[in-house]
Amino acid sequence: MLRYIARRLLLTVPLLVGISLISFLMMHMAPGGPIGAGTDMNPKATAESRARLQAYYGLDQPLHVQYGRWLGRMATLDFGDSFSPDGRPVAEKIKERIPITLTINVLSMGLIFLVAVPVGVYSAVRRGSLFDRISTVAVFTGFAIPTFWLALLMMILFGVKLGWLPISGISSMDFDSLGTLGKIADRGRHLVLPVLLAGFGGLAGMSRYMRSNMLEVIRQDYIATARAKGLPERTVVFRHAMRNALLPVITILGLSVPDLLGGSVIFETIFAIPGMGQLFYQGVMSRDYPLIMGILTIGAFLTLLGNLLADVGYALADPRIRQG
Amino acid sequence: MNGSRVMGRDFAHRLLRNRLAAAGGAVILFFFLVSALPGLFASHEPNRIDIVNILRPPSAAHPLGTDDLGRDVLARVVHGARVSLKVGFVAVGIATALGLLVGLLSGFYGGWVDAVLMRFVDMMLCFPTFFLILSVIAFLEPSIWNIMAVIGLTGWMGVARLVRAETLSIKERDFVAAARAQGAGDARIIFRHVLPNTLAPILVAATLGVAGAILTESALSFLGIGVQPPTPSWGNILTAGKDNIEYAWWLSLFPGLAILVTVLGYNLLGEGIRDAADPRLKGR
Repeated sequence: MLRYIARRLLLTVPLLVGISLISFLMMHMAPGGPIGAGTDMNPKATAESRARLQAYYGLDQPLHVQYGRWLGRMATLDFGDSFSPDGRPVAEKIKERIPITLTINVLSMGLIFLVAVPVGVYSAVRRGSLFDRISTVAVFTGFAIPTFWLALLMMILFGVKLGWLPISGISSMDFDSLGTLGKIADRGRHLVLPVLLAGFGGLAGMSRYMRSNMLEVIRQDYIATARAKGLPERTVVFRHAMRNALLPVITILGLSVPDLLGGSVIFETIFAIPGMGQLFYQGVMSRDYPLIMGILTIGAFLTLLGNLLADVGYALADPRIRQG
Repeated sequence: MNGSRVMGRDFAHRLLRNRLAAAGGAVILFFFLVSALPGLFASHEPNRIDIVNILRPPSAAHPLGTDDLGRDVLARVVHGARVSLKVGFVAVGIATALGLLVGLLSGFYGGWVDAVLMRFVDMMLCFPTFFLILSVIAFLEPSIWNIMAVIGLTGWMGVARLVRAETLSIKERDFVAAARAQGAGDARIIFRHVLPNTLAPILVAATLGVAGAILTESALSFLGIGVQPPTPSWGNILTAGKDNIEYAWWLSLFPGLAILVTVLGYNLLGEGIRDAADPRLKGR
């Protein structure tokens, strides 16, 4: 097992280098180069001060030297200072924003898992039943619904018409005056809609995936054997079939990281949640290149980590993989 | 060659018999018609501002109501159809062409060509697509052409992997060996023998890809970094919907329904093509 993990880790090294190379090149293709956006708009920037900045950031060096430095800085997660007026280090800004984004995404992954697995299993076991047909229609509709639109409709329904849930931010105005329990309840109420919507996109895909896995497994010989032994159908479905059909789901959860991160830009913007997605959106709107590249790189790291965890988790669960 | 024609007829027959796929196709045709002849479906000008009638609920004069500048929502939704269609097709065209090229080269030549191209695909796939699209747009001006290019240039990796896998298996078939024995060069084998045999899965991927591109465009326009007003797009009408969420539900409801129905149409047709091309996969 350790050997498998070591081999798998080794495979990510060239990918890490590739990520850094692509983001380095993108940074250099920015209009006016990496410091252009910071100085173009500034009437006080003279040719001399620009040259000084160039030298300061090492932009007068040959490209490969610059790339070497970039690589060194990335290894220490140093993405430079933000172009925004506060001028704070990008890494610091991201660090503040990441926990809330990860919390929402982890919760929504849990939601996806809890809903999609039973739906998929039941659809497969009762293939062609009313439930299966309804869930198939729901899945297709789910694939086609733009998440941000669903968010608007839910805001109208639960926030504006019914007034049950808050539609903006992660805490109420009187948050600081609440007791511990009150704080938890308040935070929870604010997170209901974002978590639902973050998970929504994955729900359809995951239940469809679970259904086809289950259909595949049910056809296997060992299921026929289990039935032939006279085991009750419940045992056959849950102990023999479902456990095997669940294995590939681990992989899918790991692979859904990039989609969840991308989605966080949308729902954090809509619900005014101060997370990484919103920070990224603000960066894009104000052309804060160091911030954009920092978050893009972190996003790629997280994706890589998701892939790695998916593979290792799968190998832990399924001995056939780690021997293969 | 008679065989392939019979297979083609079989394919069309199976596709039309699939009611859901036919419904999807009908929706797509309908929106083609809407984009071609918008005047037939909306009597108002999409950009005519009417400050006396702002944020009016649906009525006989404005079946889908008016927006915050008094513009007719029906007219804007109808004209927005053309934008969605254009973005969907051009973006997928770019992605498919690139994916085809990379996949064919990679699968056919193997060796270091394959290694280099596929590692590049792996790297591209490490970046969350939506992050990548937003980053590139931050460097460019948001415009409909840039949006199409960026969605296309960040969406080819799946097609490349698909085409590569198909190519790997096709190039080992007997008819390829026969063509080679007759003296056919690489280009002829790739374009006359390998490419046509990868078309069915590509068609499926492209149809589903149009749906994805339309969703992405609408999300970008919604965030204000896609198609820029006053050009109407389903996404940027929804931005107005969000700004007026407490007073005007019709601004949010109808453009979203248009996206939903269109995307559903492409998805159903795509699934239908998959089932018709390979009936063994049906119901999966």
